[in-house]
Amino acid sequence: MTMIRVENLKKSFGDLEVIKDMSTVVEEKEVICVIGPSGSGKSTFLRCLNRLEEITDGHVYIEGVDITDPKNNINKIRQDVGMVFQQFNLFPHKTVMQNVTLAPMKLKNMDKAAAEKKAYELLDKVGLREKAKAYPGELSGGQKQRVAIARALAMDPKIMLFDEPTSALDPEMVGDVLDVMKELAREGMTMVVVTHEMGFAAEMGDRVLFIDGGYIVEENVPKELFGNPQHERTKAFLSKVL
Amino acid sequence: MDAWINTWGNALPYLLEGLQVTLYIFFIAIIIGFLIGLLMALLRLSPFKILNWIAKIFVDAIRGTPFIVQLFFIYFGLNSLDFISMDNTTAGIVTVAINAGAYFSEIIRAGIQSIDKGQTEAARSLGLNSTQNMRHIILPQAFRRMLPTFTNQAIISLKDTSLLSVIGVADLTQEGRIQASATFQAFEIYLLLGVIYFIVIYLLSMLASFVERKFVLR
Repeated sequence: MTMIRVENLKKSFGDLEVIKDMSTVVEEKEVICVIGPSGSGKSTFLRCLNRLEEITDGHVYIEGVDITDPKNNINKIRQDVGMVFQQFNLFPHKTVMQNVTLAPMKLKNMDKAAAEKKAYELLDKVGLREKAKAYPGELSGGQKQRVAIARALAMDPKIMLFDEPTSALDPEMVGDVLDVMKELAREGMTMVVVTHEMGFAAEMGDRVLFIDGGYIVEENVPKELFGNPQHERTKAFLSKVL
Repeated sequence: MDAWINTWGNALPYLLEGLQVTLYIFFIAIIIGFLIGLLMALLRLSPFKILNWIAKIFVDAIRGTPFIVQLFFIYFGLNSLDFISMDNTTAGIVTVAINAGAYFSEIIRAGIQSIDKGQTEAARSLGLNSTQNMRHIILPQAFRRMLPTFTNQAIISLKDTSLLSVIGVADLTQEGRIQASATFQAFEIYLLLGVIYFIVIYLLSMLASFVERKFVLR
């Protein structure tokens, strides 16, 4: 089943054309890693997938529903699309537990007991059950990011978007977060991951998208893209990061 | 000294009656003012240009005119129209509320804008609509952040209520004036008046810092 279909996506900020023309398809249970130089439009591409950025032109379909059509309720669609941010964006005035239970209680009318039960399961999964009553300010970066993942998972999303989830972390924290993501991928979550972690992309990616200059320059299975890049720009980029 | 104490003892019951009026007007006006401020801040931040303009004009008009002129406009000006009739206390409450509302709206707007936009993005990505985002994520954080400035404005508004004596509201200041002219002991009475205002405002700031500590920013 096709989870995400992107057709001729374009996105401009004023006169600056960040995404010139991108099309791709993400199938169910696929893990897509998006790599590319900074400023290439990869984060913007990801943020168009749940319309955190208004789409200038083209179409994005989530499970067949066109999110660029204002008639479709974007808030409803976003409930199926979890997102994890580089800067975590946990709610600092709420405990870890409240961060995780807020959306299910407000949007799915889950009662508190059920939401907390679910939250404990998710916190177990990310290894942070004992932090349930802590506030985000008391957590390390890696812990914050794992809570952020649990928060997104609390809505039972069908797709998870990761926007450079380990870029703001101290090196020793990166592993914990990547482990949680690998676990999710093995469980069959459909994932789109913008990342600088080439090791993760090579290991977990079903496909890797190389984005540069507002285009998807090349997309392939990691073995091919990393081992046998076809385009000059891919080669140049990989020679710098590998 | 005995004479002073005597004067104060005689005047105090009247002044305390005035204080009640002052506090009554202050509390009602500050609550209405806060609601006006919240509404205006939300209009100002809304995506609709026309609403932005309404809020902007309101705030500029209030900030650009003296309190006493606003008071006269509302009490004498509006009352001179056929379809409006307000007693002086009501007009006073309305003026203080509107005046405070304009300043509150700027405080609230700054508070809202000071919250990182990542907070909104996280909330919206979960599926919260913009109202739910405001209510559960942005405003609770913004209110904590703006508490000190909010207290400041509340104190200014409390002091502004003393101007209502000009339109004959029997507030603390008005009672003081009456006592001063009745006893010809202006020095003693106005000193006492100042002390009472000082104590009330001091208690108010203590209350505010207590609340601030209670809702410490995480």
